[in-house]
Amino acid sequence: MTAPAPDQAPGAALPGEIEAVERRGDRVFSRVAVGAGTAILVALAAVAVFLVAQSLPAIWAPAGSFRGTDGTFWDYVAPLAFGTVWAAAIALVIAVPLAVGIALFISHYAPRRLAQPLGYIIDLLAAVPSVVYGLWGITVLAPATVPLYEWLAENAGWFPLFAGPASGTGRTVLTVAIVLAVMVLPIITALCREVFVQTPTLHQEAAYALGATWWEMVRMTVFPYARSGIISASMLGLGRALGETMAVAMVLSPSAIISFAVLQSENPSTIAANIALNFPESAGLQVNALIATGLVLFVITLIVNSLARWIVSRHERSLESR
Amino acid sequence: MDTPRRLISALAVTAVLATSGCAVNELNRGDSDGPLAGTLDGAGSSAQSAAQEVWIAEIQNANGRLTVNYEPSGSGAGREAFIAGGLDFAGSDSALTAAEAEGGLGACVPGTGAINLPLYISPLAIIVNIEGVDALNLDAATTALIFRGEIRQWDDPRIQELNPTVTMPSATITAVHRSDASGTTKNFTDYLAQAAPDEWGVDAADSFPYGGESAQGNSGVVNAVTNGRNTIGYADASRAGDLTIAALKVGDEFVAYTPQAAAAVVEASPLEEGRADDDLAITIDRTIALPGTYPLVLVSYVIACREYLDPRDAELVRGYLSWVVSDEAQQVSAEFAGSAPLSPGLAARVLAAIEGIR
Repeated sequence: MTAPAPDQAPGAALPGEIEAVERRGDRVFSRVAVGAGTAILVALAAVAVFLVAQSLPAIWAPAGSFRGTDGTFWDYVAPLAFGTVWAAAIALVIAVPLAVGIALFISHYAPRRLAQPLGYIIDLLAAVPSVVYGLWGITVLAPATVPLYEWLAENAGWFPLFAGPASGTGRTVLTVAIVLAVMVLPIITALCREVFVQTPTLHQEAAYALGATWWEMVRMTVFPYARSGIISASMLGLGRALGETMAVAMVLSPSAIISFAVLQSENPSTIAANIALNFPESAGLQVNALIATGLVLFVITLIVNSLARWIVSRHERSLESR
Repeated sequence: MDTPRRLISALAVTAVLATSGCAVNELNRGDSDGPLAGTLDGAGSSAQSAAQEVWIAEIQNANGRLTVNYEPSGSGAGREAFIAGGLDFAGSDSALTAAEAEGGLGACVPGTGAINLPLYISPLAIIVNIEGVDALNLDAATTALIFRGEIRQWDDPRIQELNPTVTMPSATITAVHRSDASGTTKNFTDYLAQAAPDEWGVDAADSFPYGGESAQGNSGVVNAVTNGRNTIGYADASRAGDLTIAALKVGDEFVAYTPQAAAAVVEASPLEEGRADDDLAITIDRTIALPGTYPLVLVSYVIACREYLDPRDAELVRGYLSWVVSDEAQQVSAEFAGSAPLSPGLAARVLAAIEGIR
């Protein structure tokens, strides 16, 4: 509609210089888009300002004003920060191989009739509220793991991770990590599946033509193509595991310690669970301390996300340069 | 009427019914036209919430135009909101300190201060789940050492000595404490700190001071003790279910938990010193040797103004709280929330304080 009239003199207006007609729809769209983009920045900034302002009294507070430690704020937050990263890391170690396997099964191995329902079932896992996972964790999973943990502590106790004595109730960081792994499985699986499906058919057929077996084909074409996708999927899962509150608060038996042993009664707590457990009975400086731990979690999440972006972008560049 | 119109009117009736029943405390509202009318807002202690629910339901039945709200947001949150003036009364597992009670309070006439009213007594129980043991005697020192992790085996001579008739198994003890900060933990540790100061070694605290197994909330602890093996924990006595409740050594005898014994220790305990006569903050004496007292008890307060800015609020608070302190209300909460009814002597003192609210 904005094309120049056919009788216009040639060269009077170059195609690039045509003034675009701005309609109301365009204006509305541009404002909504800019507004939405700004809103998320403003929200993030507001959260950061709130966290910092509320945290300062706790960060400057003298040693001995925190629950469970005689030290300063940093002594208070260190076990929590460690526990947060530790539980999420174990969860990822369990979930990522499983998720990649499920995604491969769905995208390349299973007959179509089976693949689709399986995909739906995995997605359904994401719809279960975390409090239900927590209930499952304390009533089913934790008691069921007790004999296994006792066996592990007895026979593999020389390995620092499995050092005894094993917990009598099974509410350990390993149980929490298993629950978290189940919770992050759907998002990692769904993203991996999307990426695997997009592997160019030509690459795959070329691999077969060279005489590759199914596994060799996956290794030569699907994995290299999907590596950055797997990493970003894992990082999204890690983000969810880091922030998970309810299930951890319900299942874990926390203490203010830093320990790599995953079978014992005393486990490092996570930041989010610690806030949920202690906020209702907190007042004054204790509330500031909890908010300050929230700020630490905010920073940890920011670092994890930036790290993931950096890894993904570096990998994409190396893929292009090849 | 043709079918579509009938359908529409049926839908309309359903919608009206659905929207009219939006809040739980508006259901089952009696038609009675009691003397109290208006709205009261309270919040705080979650320990009290089950009791507050039944108290509120009953008084709203009797007073059709009265609405009482109670939000179990936690004692600390309740006290803060009350001090800031957002509430007509607060529920709290620990009393306002004398300085807080006499300081600036949002809802009260400046300079008049607030009063602490012990209205909810909840006995705590030490619950155990040991194979082949269905009765257990403990004293404060042994309990302290078990929860500190110093006594690790059930057949430890110090436990066996208290239970000469029971064969204790040679099994590792798993002691479960609360992972969240709570009034239950504060009262449990207060008992150990008062009755066994050397063995326990630290002051009372609302979060458990030592390591060991832990679980969230009363239900979490009960769940862990029930599902675990050779476990011990502490929880509100009303949640103990089928678990064995340990009898505690008081003086020279072992006292099994009963609501009366729990109320007796509160009655026998002194009021906190340096407070006005109507400010009933109790310092529970856990070392009491009186026969028939059970020292492991949580007292939760309702905190109210001495003088309200709005006299109508004063009337409502007076009306609600004098119902709560009545024998009938205390029996109702004992039945539904597992609390111990106030002893008559204490109830009379609390009622006198409530009647002074202006």
